Amino acid sequence: MTRSPLWLSVLSLGFLALWISVASVPFLWTLWGSFKVEADFFSKQDWRYALHGIRTMAETGGAFTGAGYEGAWIKEEFWKATINTAIITCSVVTISLTLGTLGGYALARSGFRYAFWILIIALIFRAMPHITLVSGYLLPFFQLNIWGHLTTTIIVMVAINQPFTLWMLHSFFLNIPKDLDESAMVDGCTRFQAFRYVIIPVMWPGVITTGLFSFLLAYNDFALTALLLTEENQTMVPKIAGFLGNAQEQGNVMYAVSAVVSATAPLFVLVMVFQRQIVSGLTAGAVKG
Amino acid sequence: MYMRTLVAAGTMAVMSSSAYAGCGIYGSVKVLANDFPATQAVSAAMRACDGGSADITVNLNKDHKDLIVPAFTANPPEFTTSHVTNSTLVAVMNDGLAMPLDDLIAKHGAGIQDMQKVTIDGKVMAIAFMANAQHLFYRKDILDAAGVGVPTTYEEVLAAAEAIKSKGLMDYPIGGTYKAGWNLGEEFVNMYLGHGGAFFKPGTAEPSVNNAKGVATLEMMKALTGYMNPDYLTHDSNAIQAEWEAGNIALTNLWGSRAGAVTDGEGSTPEIESNTMFAAATSVAGGSVPSTTLWWDGFAIAKNASAADAEASFVAMMQGLSSDMAAANASDANWLIAGSEPRAAGVGVVASAAGGASPYPMLPWMGAMHGALGAEVADFLQGNESAEQTLADIEAAYTAAATEKGFL
Amino acid sequence: MPHRTFLTFIWPSALAMLLFIALPIISVGVQSLHIEHEQVVETVKNCGPFGCKEVEVINADATAQLQADKPLGRFNGLGTYTNRNHLAFEEISAAMQAGGGPGAFFGAVFNLPFYKALAFTLTYTFVVTPFVLILGFFIALSVNRLPGVVKGPTIFVSLLPMIVTPLIGSLILFWMIDSRGIIGGTLQLIFDDPDLSLKASPALTWITLIIYGVWHHAPFAFVVFYAGLQTVPKDTLESAMIDGASRWQSVVHVVLPHLAPLVVFIALIQLMDNFRVFEPVVGFNAEANATSLSWIIYNDLRGSDGATLFSSAAATSMLTITGVCILLAPVVLRTWRDNRQRA
Repeated sequence: MTRSPLWLSVLSLGFLALWISVASVPFLWTLWGSFKVEADFFSKQDWRYALHGIRTMAETGGAFTGAGYEGAWIKEEFWKATINTAIITCSVVTISLTLGTLGGYALARSGFRYAFWILIIALIFRAMPHITLVSGYLLPFFQLNIWGHLTTTIIVMVAINQPFTLWMLHSFFLNIPKDLDESAMVDGCTRFQAFRYVIIPVMWPGVITTGLFSFLLAYNDFALTALLLTEENQTMVPKIAGFLGNAQEQGNVMYAVSAVVSATAPLFVLVMVFQRQIVSGLTAGAVKG
Repeated sequence: MYMRTLVAAGTMAVMSSSAYAGCGIYGSVKVLANDFPATQAVSAAMRACDGGSADITVNLNKDHKDLIVPAFTANPPEFTTSHVTNSTLVAVMNDGLAMPLDDLIAKHGAGIQDMQKVTIDGKVMAIAFMANAQHLFYRKDILDAAGVGVPTTYEEVLAAAEAIKSKGLMDYPIGGTYKAGWNLGEEFVNMYLGHGGAFFKPGTAEPSVNNAKGVATLEMMKALTGYMNPDYLTHDSNAIQAEWEAGNIALTNLWGSRAGAVTDGEGSTPEIESNTMFAAATSVAGGSVPSTTLWWDGFAIAKNASAADAEASFVAMMQGLSSDMAAANASDANWLIAGSEPRAAGVGVVASAAGGASPYPMLPWMGAMHGALGAEVADFLQGNESAEQTLADIEAAYTAAATEKGFL
Repeated sequence: MPHRTFLTFIWPSALAMLLFIALPIISVGVQSLHIEHEQVVETVKNCGPFGCKEVEVINADATAQLQADKPLGRFNGLGTYTNRNHLAFEEISAAMQAGGGPGAFFGAVFNLPFYKALAFTLTYTFVVTPFVLILGFFIALSVNRLPGVVKGPTIFVSLLPMIVTPLIGSLILFWMIDSRGIIGGTLQLIFDDPDLSLKASPALTWITLIIYGVWHHAPFAFVVFYAGLQTVPKDTLESAMIDGASRWQSVVHVVLPHLAPLVVFIALIQLMDNFRVFEPVVGFNAEANATSLSWIIYNDLRGSDGATLFSSAAATSMLTITGVCILLAPVVLRTWRDNRQRA
């Protein structure tokens, strides 16, 4: 490649610096503010209160306080919600990827026209607002006595997540040359054996990328988890929403802020670990659509 | 069983005093309630009975009102007893899902005061435990500095606001929970009832807000917004409480359940807190009653619950709503329970009730009206249309909803 | 692949979707054609903590039999779709007949809840989607030029707007744009207008929501584009350079065509997600100035205690699905053509 002109490098770096600050400042501000009291971080007088911590000093004696974290994690037992979220996200990612790879592979290799229509119908399914779905689930779930369990929520999330997973994995499998598995079948493998021994070893990048999006969906979901889980099975996001109070009663907003900062940490680790695969997965998958 | 460790110290005392397993309960009790300090105290007292022959589970959920009806519809019900209010009990009653409690009261309800019994057509359908209402919060120091007395009418509120503003004490002296949606609808309900208005033609579900009282209500709301922060259509109770604690507003009509929170030594300065006073909601347009609605919180039992579970739930409820519980958590709410001391921050609710404020209307179609109000009133406040047009829109939106519900 | 093998592979996935999405969609569709039975009302005495009053109540026993015979309620055809809170045929034709020019007509139309929401939903969808594509593309180009060491952290930071829970993300941003918040306060200084408030006027609220939408979705486009850039064939790019193509020309003529399928993929997902915009409206308390179709559904189902409008929400949901289908039609046609070529 020819070296790029200086002005272009400056422009590109400048643009990136701007984007990085736009993307990260709200989060850094939250991180900083999570060590203040509500009257500072959500000051209705002057935002600079959050910098100096005037009310934090008055109420706690120091410029920083861990009260939000202590309240959320110890008093409100946020760790229980963390465990529930871990169970739900791990199960949802595993199950939807398992179903999705099988289905996506079949759709990519079918060759019949109905495969296309199945994909289109899946897309239409994705258009249904989740809030309508949840209201429809409530009565049958109560009636069948399956409401409130983690398992029910996991299955519902997997189902709701399937259209996206199928689309993404389908386009990924289209890019794995047909010859690979077909030559294996000529050698006497069944379709499933070909999938098991030839396709599975090369599909990981695409699967990991799809997995990241499934993970985010399960991790950040509010519409489903708020209404489908009992209190003891609650995940992080509805728990955080519970900290916010309602029309009549005051909440503990700083608990919510601290909990959100805490909830972002695992994602940091996750993205750092899988960053390379995310990129290579999409490279192999979605490019030729 | 899952035990919530978030228990106020006072509640621990109750638990230890009555902590013999079972409390004489035989059955399965499943409780659904909203999540705030008073319900936490009540449910902690109920949980103390867990063990032995009693199986008690409690679910505190902010979205409990979305769960009640489907949960009570299932047979057997997912929850045997649920937290209800004026408006949610109507939803449960509309589908005939609440159990009459008279027999259980005769058997186990010795400590219940008559005022706690929510009686419909001679049958007790719920047991109320706390009262709530929006009422006047005012800053004594600011009113003194402006040279005005404590307002008792909305006309005086406007005059006081003008005085505060013209003296340069505050830019936007009035606060209001005018967030479009439920909050704004509630403000209209308060003000309209203060004007002596009726939402429906007597004995029917037909709307009747498009009248002179409706126009006067809208005009008064708009006049008040003239002294509010321009963001008023986004202000819910959280925002108003924050504005109050920051000392930006001197007059507001806020929930009694927030009165404790603005005087708790947190989030504000001692000067603001010591000058924060409460009074009955103000009246309007020469009316004699405070412009507010009275709310109660209570418990109802599912009709589909088995006789044994219903009885167990009732006994657990009695444990939860005991005088000991109310005494130990006196500052958490305006308890209606016998023997509870009135709390200092509760004077506004008591004064509003004593002044003859109306309870929030328990009509089957009030929810549809409230929804229409919350959606349409903002158009007038923003100056997009005339008061008559807004009132006509409210009636049209309500009519479409009420037709769907089979009320019209 | 034989039909039987195909079925073996796809049935778990298909079953999950049938049970939890297809069945609910059908039941919602049926629900939208019905309304509740006429309620039998009686007047009784109601006593509570605040005194006694004569009120109307519903006699649930009286409707129980009707309910048992016809659990869906009364058949209403498309009545719910055409009523005032949805497509409002009557109100629209009245507005047409009223005359008064296009101004009065559109004033009347956008006073109706469905059209008010549709206006914002469409504006949001068609402004946010292209900006997400453009912003994501340029971030990807810039990140691609970075040396390896700083790439990783940059990617993480770029993903942040997408991975922070929208519920709290918007709460904090909502406070930051308050006139006394850090962003709102700074804007007041910049524009030298102490009364500037992003929350008070409809126009500024719309702009705020749209900027939030672009900010929140740009990382998705960025990740996908960045991955796509890794596969641009180096030799094609170099030969284009040798042929004297400028840097910009090579981006337009080599990189963009290569990424075209990705543009389709992102546009498809974005159009769909933006058309269902909901969280920002609630998070930014924007109900007075900007409502969306999903918000109308939410309001019908949760807006008021005890007046859950299932049929109304069902009708709006079906209209939303129809809207998504119309939006996606061009993309689907394109895929259909590609698919036929491949087959």
